[in-house]
Amino acid sequence: MDIISLLKNLSETSGVSGYEDQVREAVVEVFGRYADEVRTDTLGNVIALKRGTGEMEPRRSIMLAGHTDEIGLMVTQIEKGFLHFTGVGGFDPRVLLGQEVIVHGRRTLPGIIGSRPPHVLPPEEREKTIPMDRLFIDVGLPPDEVTALVHVGDLVTVRRELTPLQGDFVAGKAFDDRTAVVAIAACLEQLAGMRHAWDVYAVGTSQEEVGLRGAITSAYGLAPDVGIAIDVTFGDQPGILAAETVEMNKGPAIVYGPNIHPVLYEALVETAKSLELPYQVEPAPGRTGTDAWAIQVTRSGIPTALIGIPLRNMHTSVETVSVKDVERTGRLLAAFIARLDAEFMHRLAWRPAEAPEEK
Amino acid sequence: MILKELSEAFGVSGHEEAVRQIIFDAVRDDVDEYEVDSIGNLITLRRGSAQARKHGTSGAPLKVMVAAHMDEVGLMITHIEDNGQLRFAKVGGIDDRILLAKAVYVGDKKVPGVIGVKPIHLQERKERNQVIKCDKMTIDIGATSKAEAEQMVGIGDYVAFATSFADLGPTLKGKAFDDRAGCAVLVEIIKGGPYPCDLYGVFTVQEEVGLRGARVAAYAIEPDVAFVLEGTICDDMPKKKDVSPTTELGKGPAITVMDRSFIADRRLVQLLVDTATELGIPYQFKQPLMGGTDAGAIHKTKMGVPSAVVSVPSRYIHSPVCLLSKSDFENAVRLMQETLRRLTPATIGKNE
Repeated sequence: MDIISLLKNLSETSGVSGYEDQVREAVVEVFGRYADEVRTDTLGNVIALKRGTGEMEPRRSIMLAGHTDEIGLMVTQIEKGFLHFTGVGGFDPRVLLGQEVIVHGRRTLPGIIGSRPPHVLPPEEREKTIPMDRLFIDVGLPPDEVTALVHVGDLVTVRRELTPLQGDFVAGKAFDDRTAVVAIAACLEQLAGMRHAWDVYAVGTSQEEVGLRGAITSAYGLAPDVGIAIDVTFGDQPGILAAETVEMNKGPAIVYGPNIHPVLYEALVETAKSLELPYQVEPAPGRTGTDAWAIQVTRSGIPTALIGIPLRNMHTSVETVSVKDVERTGRLLAAFIARLDAEFMHRLAWRPAEAPEEK
Repeated sequence: MILKELSEAFGVSGHEEAVRQIIFDAVRDDVDEYEVDSIGNLITLRRGSAQARKHGTSGAPLKVMVAAHMDEVGLMITHIEDNGQLRFAKVGGIDDRILLAKAVYVGDKKVPGVIGVKPIHLQERKERNQVIKCDKMTIDIGATSKAEAEQMVGIGDYVAFATSFADLGPTLKGKAFDDRAGCAVLVEIIKGGPYPCDLYGVFTVQEEVGLRGARVAAYAIEPDVAFVLEGTICDDMPKKKDVSPTTELGKGPAITVMDRSFIADRRLVQLLVDTATELGIPYQFKQPLMGGTDAGAIHKTKMGVPSAVVSVPSRYIHSPVCLLSKSDFENAVRLMQETLRRLTPATIGKNE
């Protein structure tokens, strides 16, 4: 699998939370290459099933979740042909100035988030950040054409082509969380050449950025025996404490903490070690803010794990990852799934500690 | 359209070679003489038509210098950190606030890089209201060590924004319209000749760091008249306060009366206005006292040169992406061509 070209394709596709049609079609196509069946559900999740060969009845299943939505903007007002907007998901307004965008109006319109030139700004202005409600988008058309083509409520995505950097690094938009979708596709591709007992549900979840909503309903519907969410995590970068990040290009981060079933964590670490695959441990002392948080408390509870793909500049148009880390994540998932057998659920179950023998 | 090629070319002040080559290739068959001087200006001469001889004082044709600057604002690498991140300084006037989360090219190899920013999730609330200064930013080219970075880039490498040109219908978007728009207008003017004067088409360097190329070019040419072509400030976006837009998009080329660098020659302004009026070409006056151009250097050359500035209004100049109106561009070309056809020694008070 050419990870970069698949990531480029998915990254440059638009899909703001709740308006994920375009990216959903792309994910259906990608998962469809490797799965036995693919469907979409009410909230817009993409659910692909790759059947296992296990004899157990009913067959055990594992859910892999990577969210398909991206943060974006929404038009709130049109003033003299310029578009005012608000954020859908967490954007830092400071990164928006001077960005190119795509306005999803009656037709797709390229636009610019304009900046007043420094020549006209008093020095004190340049010391102030510009709040989102004072930014605007220019689509370069006369006002009457703009009002015909764009309506309040239309979605806007940041425009950025995938940029290959040195070594294994690439930069682009919506790597949060399309890199995970790519890793899941890589996992499915590997599984095609492996025996696996369990059924695998590869799920492209919707609306993660606005409250893990797709994960809630898809996990309920599938009721898997085990869930693994794959999401991006903070990679090392200038200006951030090492304690808050994992290292770039040193392998996927296997997350540990209350959101994670400890036996799944151990099993993932064992798998990585047996593959001699580089991995890192990421402590998450509470809320992880990922689909894992929702899956864990679905129905009567689902043992859940979380794998993080290290990423710089999260929630900007220059999110940066190591392609190797994406590939390694796919490999780790496939090897982990291939090891799941009829007995694995027993390993997860709680058993009373052996009572000390009386002397 | 040559503006696409010019806009996408890499030409930060002091490093205009790529832009110069594109222009040279475009005009070499239309000029009688050309030269690149010691600072890097491309000076071309298109001799006047037969009529020009008659217009000249003592038989020599009127020497008209029309200048546009090739350079653009950008960045320069100042330091490579042990972890492979690149520190940089600004070349020309850039607002620090437009730098975050942008894609750039570093050096002649055009090594792709991105200007990173701390994720919003890890920011303290008060940080969100703070402007990040450029000395706190780095460019990430994906190198993981200083040694790896040094294989691709070096200290002193120039950095330009990675922006593609596009046609949006009535408008065009791209980087560096200040002043590739002026360069493109000048190319069209040269191609539209000859004129009844000797046309010195001059593509200058280093305007953004102090009008340095224009100064020496004007000294060498010693023109009778000078026009400067700019992609100028257009600040017509919605604002809370009622302040001047400087120029407005789609209202025609902008004629400068006075800016921070010079006062335009009244006779030349009048000729521009008369020409526009006669031909029904829309025009506007640029708000006085905003910005400065090569005319600031040219008009003070030697004993002084009557000068004027004609601009294509461009929104968002000095940022990664600008926007201009096709009709403003076309009208700037036409206004200048027709003005040159009407220019005589009498315009500036010389005896015919």
